[in-house]
Amino acid sequence: MKGYTWRLVLVLGVLLAAVICVVPTFRPEVWPHKQINLGLDLQGGMHLALEVETEKAVESRIESIRGELRSLLREARIRHGQLRAAGNAGLSLRLLNPEDREKFADLVEEEFAEVEVRSTSTREGELYAEIGLTKKRVTEIREQAVKQAVETIRNRIDQFGVNEPDIRVQGQRRILIQLPGIEDTRRAKELIGRTAQLEFKLIDEEHSLQKAMDGQPPPGSEILYESREATGGRRQAYLVRKRALLTGAYLEDARVQIGQQFNQPYVTIDFDRKGARIFARVTEENVNKRLAIVLDNNVYSAPVIQEKIPGGKARITGQFDMQEAHDLAIVLRAGALPAPVKIIEERTVGPSLGHDSIRMGFISMAVGGALVILFMVLYYQLAGLIADLALGLNIVLIAAGLAAFGATLTLPGIAGIILTIGMAVDANVIIFERVREERRLGKTPGSAINAGFDRAAVAVLDANVTTLIAALVLYQFGTGPVKGFAVTLSLGVLASLFTALFVCRLIFDYLYSVRRMKTLSI
Amino acid sequence: MEFIKPGVNINFIGRRYLGYGISAFMIVLSILTLVIMGGPKYGIDFVGGTVIQVKFEKDVSIAAIKSGLAEIDLGGSAVQRFGEPEDNEYLVRTDKSVATGEDFSSQVSRAVSSATGTDAEIRRVEMVGPQVGQTLREKALFALFYALLFITIYISGRFEMKWMVSAVTAGALIGAVYLFSLFNMSIPILILVALLVSLVLFWQLHLRYAMGAIIALIHDVTITVGVFTLTGKEFSLPIVAALLTIIGYSLNDTIIVFDRIRENLRRYTRRGLEENINRSINETLSRTILTSATTLIVLLCLFFLGGDIIHDFAFALIVGVLIGTYSSVFVASPTLVIMEGAGIPTGQSPQAEPNG
Repeated sequence: MKGYTWRLVLVLGVLLAAVICVVPTFRPEVWPHKQINLGLDLQGGMHLALEVETEKAVESRIESIRGELRSLLREARIRHGQLRAAGNAGLSLRLLNPEDREKFADLVEEEFAEVEVRSTSTREGELYAEIGLTKKRVTEIREQAVKQAVETIRNRIDQFGVNEPDIRVQGQRRILIQLPGIEDTRRAKELIGRTAQLEFKLIDEEHSLQKAMDGQPPPGSEILYESREATGGRRQAYLVRKRALLTGAYLEDARVQIGQQFNQPYVTIDFDRKGARIFARVTEENVNKRLAIVLDNNVYSAPVIQEKIPGGKARITGQFDMQEAHDLAIVLRAGALPAPVKIIEERTVGPSLGHDSIRMGFISMAVGGALVILFMVLYYQLAGLIADLALGLNIVLIAAGLAAFGATLTLPGIAGIILTIGMAVDANVIIFERVREERRLGKTPGSAINAGFDRAAVAVLDANVTTLIAALVLYQFGTGPVKGFAVTLSLGVLASLFTALFVCRLIFDYLYSVRRMKTLSI
Repeated sequence: MEFIKPGVNINFIGRRYLGYGISAFMIVLSILTLVIMGGPKYGIDFVGGTVIQVKFEKDVSIAAIKSGLAEIDLGGSAVQRFGEPEDNEYLVRTDKSVATGEDFSSQVSRAVSSATGTDAEIRRVEMVGPQVGQTLREKALFALFYALLFITIYISGRFEMKWMVSAVTAGALIGAVYLFSLFNMSIPILILVALLVSLVLFWQLHLRYAMGAIIALIHDVTITVGVFTLTGKEFSLPIVAALLTIIGYSLNDTIIVFDRIRENLRRYTRRGLEENINRSINETLSRTILTSATTLIVLLCLFFLGGDIIHDFAFALIVGVLIGTYSSVFVASPTLVIMEGAGIPTGQSPQAEPNG
């Protein structure tokens, strides 16, 4: 009886709040608000984990420092041997004249804030130096690569058109991507995984391709292959200068066009002003030479430059179909990934399987729930009915909790709700058995109920705390679907504590203290 | 309705050696199974690989599927029927985890369609790279470890009403595990160390109830893992979730019985310990059985109606709940008797309230 009114108000308040939280999920037209999210295993879709090869981003930074340093050394007239890549994001070189030591150190310090001189030593009248990126800078480059990769991938996915994609960084170099409802997983993976590094490079026409293919390519050049297979299934090889004259970094737009002659789609690209300027200069300086258009180390075409091209426009041709051309335009517009990515985990569930899982999950929930409800009524009669009411409220509370916390319902999550149905009545069983015991001691219904609830409460609490601990640990360490289980289990344990200890108690108090019922049906 | 009449008095404690025998048999069998099979059978979540669920329009033979897979160098894949026979669904499993670009699932779809002459629908693909498998394995083991740690701390604090002692236990546990982790011990060994340290601590600190509970826990998890390995089922992330749930849930019954033992020891000081324990088990027997029964009802529904994806998960929970119920009567409570026999009295704790 004590505090009966405020307890009633509290329970009604909780019930009202729960219903408000649940309404948008089942009747969005009544009140569109946060709905219960379905996990990918229920609605179908693709989960990907990517690993960004951040060391490649560091390598390419070193590579460009090597290029810059070479021309700076030449300008400063410091005679030197070849610049070689040393381990650990470093470069090693040999200065022919040891007196250049100071000059060299000053130059490095002035021009490259991110580079430190790691060691110098003099041997046989020559100075050996090793320089490299600072540790701090390497970390920065790695972090930036991941950040930038996430941005780029988000751009691509947005243009591809996926409802509510979820893209996030995990750990130091992994990216998790959830694409709900996606059907063409092959296309999505290609779109996401492609580096899309667009480069314009001169063909090395001074050296023989055949010689390069037999042995070592000349320094500064490399062999690249054409993107499409020629007749006979072989791909044409090119000897290409390693240095890119222009890259996709200056790209402003990319669009699909259809060729007049053969109805063949191709992609036109527009450079920004700086890019257009570079492109005009490059084409002007290299008239009559062949310029290869290279995408991810595949040569798309290598036309001969007829004349200076102002205006900053170029086209990429190849044997694309419409969709491939469209996707290529998307990745070019969204920009290149700063480093290649690797798919290290994929979980795809087809929409039909998701529907089946939901159906079977709910069937088991309905049958299991019905059996438990029936059992409680048969075994405990009126008290059982009250427990069943509490059970119904319990499920509403779990649903409300899912909606309110924006949690995701997964297949193991449904299993968690089903498990909760079985476990929620445990608390009632423990209390009712205690009440029965008290009755056998000859107590009146009212005092038996009070004693039963009071004495059983702590045991119920203890029993549930251990389950809650397990669920919380699982939430902390679990991923994806398993996390969904941890969520519903935790919510279920908390809800059943509330319904069993508070709501049921309230109903019993109403019946035996307010209405002063004389018989106890338990 | 009453399944178990009040005043029932089965002599559980008197027959405890039977319980020891059964438990010892099951544990030895579990450990033997694990040793012979070389540890549990890990699913792709933990070792990496690819699982593809394919649905065919009509019935096809596994041999035909395998011949199709052989053409794309996947002849070594395991193919098994999945779900009901009329579903025509198969699981293809390989150790390979394929990198970017190569479109594995459509390759498989084409290969098996042409080999069987039936349209194949890829319903599910799970590819886990070896690095991810490693991460998930560590996460799963850490989860088990922390669940055991926190529950141990809670039990030793709550049951004995000695939170100071519990804090000491926690500190010692964390210290021991930290010490061993310095030697780069693998996580399973760390878990073993943690368990051994808790057992020794509980014995030394005379934490009888905590001792009973943790022994029952080890018992339940070991046997569940053993049954799982014996039936050739694979360990995946959901199964680890099931194990954690068992760790939490199987204690429920134990807690109820222990609460009653504590209450009775205080009330009936003239009864012997064994009698008090036996009475307590009998008095709480109906709730021990009923609570497990309601949980088993829903788990059986999940097992039979929930579909194949959730099948093993439900199975693990069913085994765990059954073993957990058994152990609260035949393992946890007799431990108190054993400790009393070893000169560690299961006296009353003066601060404790009567519960349960």
